[in-house]
Amino acid sequence: MSAGPALIAARKLSVAYRGNTVLREVDLNIAAREIVTIVGPNGSGKSTLLRALLGVLPATRGQVTRTAGLRIGYVPQRLHIDAALPLPVRRFLSLPRRKTEVQIVRALAQVGVPDVIAQDMATLSGGQFQRVLLARALLSDPDLLMLDEPTQGLDQPGVAAFYRLIDQVRRTTGCAVLLVSHDLHVVMSASDRVICLNGHICCQGAPSVVSRAPEYRALFGLGTAGALALYQHDHDHTHDADCTHGPAGHTHDHAQEKVTAP
Amino acid sequence: MMRALLAGLAVAVATGPLGCFVVWRRMAYFGDATAHAAILGVALALAFQMSIFVGTMLIALVMAMIVSTLAGRGWAMDTTLGVLAHSALALGLVAVSFLPTVRVDLSAYLFGDILAVSRADLAVIVAGSGLVAGLMVWRWSALLTATLNEDLAHAAGIDPARERMVLTVALAVVVAVALKVIGALLIAAMLIIPAAAARTLARSPEAMAISAITIGGVAVWGGLQMSLRLDTPSGPSIVAVAAGIFATLVAGASLRALVQNRAGE
Repeated sequence: MSAGPALIAARKLSVAYRGNTVLREVDLNIAAREIVTIVGPNGSGKSTLLRALLGVLPATRGQVTRTAGLRIGYVPQRLHIDAALPLPVRRFLSLPRRKTEVQIVRALAQVGVPDVIAQDMATLSGGQFQRVLLARALLSDPDLLMLDEPTQGLDQPGVAAFYRLIDQVRRTTGCAVLLVSHDLHVVMSASDRVICLNGHICCQGAPSVVSRAPEYRALFGLGTAGALALYQHDHDHTHDADCTHGPAGHTHDHAQEKVTAP
Repeated sequence: MMRALLAGLAVAVATGPLGCFVVWRRMAYFGDATAHAAILGVALALAFQMSIFVGTMLIALVMAMIVSTLAGRGWAMDTTLGVLAHSALALGLVAVSFLPTVRVDLSAYLFGDILAVSRADLAVIVAGSGLVAGLMVWRWSALLTATLNEDLAHAAGIDPARERMVLTVALAVVVAVALKVIGALLIAAMLIIPAAAARTLARSPEAMAISAITIGGVAVWGGLQMSLRLDTPSGPSIVAVAAGIFATLVAGASLRALVQNRAGE
């Protein structure tokens, strides 16, 4: 699904962080309205890729190109708010640019937390906090939404609900979505493409949607309403000894993938 | 007397909002290192017959840049700043002792001498404080976003390094203008204590900055009265009053929380 001109593209992108090459020759296109999920083990460079696309980290080789005037809505992996900083949700949503009360109320309703507007950010639950972060990203009217492990710390129904929300946002606003997840196998079913990253792109493809069959329900619990899907890794290449995949190599657990075989 | 009060209030207007960022970004020691370096600036200014204001601002700026660069490289900050803050102070004191021809009233620079503020001093203090306050108002939203999360700022088109530089320059200017009023040893206290006290009252970042200015202003007025009546040094007197306000507000907030908890049971 790389139809249409790319909103943002990486060409042979390599990034070094504190002297170590974290990303090597990554090619990536994201088209309008596309949902792309990036999976990979810890330390595989997922966040680095996101930060390089944002322009926070410079490319050591290759390049990142964006369409002119591209608006990016970013949801960071963690947002620590110092206890010394009083920050009501209403004020947070107006950062850095002032929003009207109407816009703020609408954005909070859109992400399903209409009642938190006057609360301090510190009093929100994990799920509410993530939704408020998403609301802030949406208020910049983005062409591309970038989310760095937004479902961390949510339980399975919480993850499914959040994924349904992202899918709904994409359908109503038409923005593209780039989502990073540390879960190697269970991904958002609305993803058009899943990219497995481990320093470089290992494989990519469409996810297979979890069916309604009882064995899947047994695996993922009830009530996810089709928001979750499985991704079957298909590594089509082998590595020389000098290719750094860390000491473990490609040893993430593929056992779960058996459930996709009928 | 009027001149002293005006000078003190002008300093409070600058230290209020800047102090909030010092507290939010956990830069307390950073303020200390920059302020302590001011004594070295005084020594250099006297040795080269520069204006004290220019000398302290230059040295404070150099110090603030060093600290900010080291922080950017991921040095362990408490040790680094501990070394830098005290080394700068020690070097400054040694350098001042090498100035035989000028009679230097060192205690005025260490503890402040608000009653000796001249007409020209007042003009510099008001101009410097006005500059810092203006900078805070102008960059407020960008500074706040960059304080919250640097990647978030980047995505919104704000360069966090530039905002860090704004704070660094503002800090150097505040140190230079507050030297005469508060003294090098306690400038950092004037940044932190009013902001920390304001936290108990404020429910938004803007309210906290305004409360910090108000609390700083009250502390200046109270400290000035104390200094006049009891003949105490102005800097410590102002900071002592600020500390009293802090203690009262924190105790009040704890009491309120206790009563609310009881009522909730």
